Amino acid sequence: MEWKFNNEAPIYQQIMEQIKAMIATGVLKAGDKLPSVRELAVSAGVNPNTMQKALSELERDGLLCSKRTSGRFVSDNQENADILQEAMMMECVKAFIENMAKLGYSVKDCIRIIEKYEKDTKDTSEEQKA
Amino acid sequence: MGNILECHNVTKRYGEKTALDYLSLSVESGRITGLLGPNGSGKTTLIKIISGILCANEGEVLAGGNKIGIESKKIVSYLPERPYFSPGMKVSETIKFFSDFYEDFSEDAAVDMLNTLNISPDAKIRTLSKGNREKVQLILVMSRKARLYLLDEPMGGVDPAARDFILKTILANYNEEAGVIISTHLISDVEKVLDDVIFLKNGKMVLHKSVDVLRSEKGKSIDALFREVFAC
Repeated sequence: MEWKFNNEAPIYQQIMEQIKAMIATGVLKAGDKLPSVRELAVSAGVNPNTMQKALSELERDGLLCSKRTSGRFVSDNQENADILQEAMMMECVKAFIENMAKLGYSVKDCIRIIEKYEKDTKDTSEEQKA
Repeated sequence: MGNILECHNVTKRYGEKTALDYLSLSVESGRITGLLGPNGSGKTTLIKIISGILCANEGEVLAGGNKIGIESKKIVSYLPERPYFSPGMKVSETIKFFSDFYEDFSEDAAVDMLNTLNISPDAKIRTLSKGNREKVQLILVMSRKARLYLLDEPMGGVDPAARDFILKTILANYNEEAGVIISTHLISDVEKVLDDVIFLKNGKMVLHKSVDVLRSEKGKSIDALFREVFAC
């Protein structure tokens, strides 16, 4: 697992976001066992209390579950990954639309631009193949 | 979990200069606290008083409920600013030294960590690089199962990769019921590992808060906040 932290948000929130992303993208799968808090904390270079807090919050959200003696697991609920994936997708779209709006483009413009972008990159990749 | 350290009105004067000015604070077990402040704010003086190297002029310090003395020294593991082993000692002799001194020292833990660094027990302290000397000292200090770790500038003058090693060594070895106090100027390097921060200014405490709370309240890093509070 690769961890990256920015300077603004609390670290435990950033850990939560990154674990959610791992579940959404299938790096962590339903039923996978997580390493111990201490191991995760050392690998991320963060305080074990911070890691604990992030994992507890994710448990409360139902994304992780802990079994008394055997450790902590990604919840078996298969829908979780889809829900997270969709939420992340919506965030990407929202950020994109907002950024484009700042540049003065409407949603309609965006669709046109995306279609042109797709066509252009397809053409160049075909040219490269040829 | 209770306070592992309590300071009440601790005052230390060096002649005319007041280094600690009726300072009161407490540190909880199980938390890592950053002791931050500009040069001359009293960080090292405070750590030396808690470890029993200096005596306060006024006030009271309790470590694990004990006044500073033999009983407090049994449970406090102190990393000084500079490594103190004689250059002629072998690494293995420093391990024997610690194992002789402290009941809670684990020789196996120390040897394991030295192995991962490829530092030979037969090497003399003199032949080690500055970074490795600091690492050896830290390994010894962290190989104790102490209840309070006092780390004074654990990363002073070592390269960024060595800083990561040092932080990981601290995280992997401190006992979860123990308190850890880290004094440092390298705030951006340590802020990920801190639960709480204490800002000291002219021997007084100006802030004692959880890092998470500070980050959500201010929306900026502790490093940025430090630069703001202590702007010259």
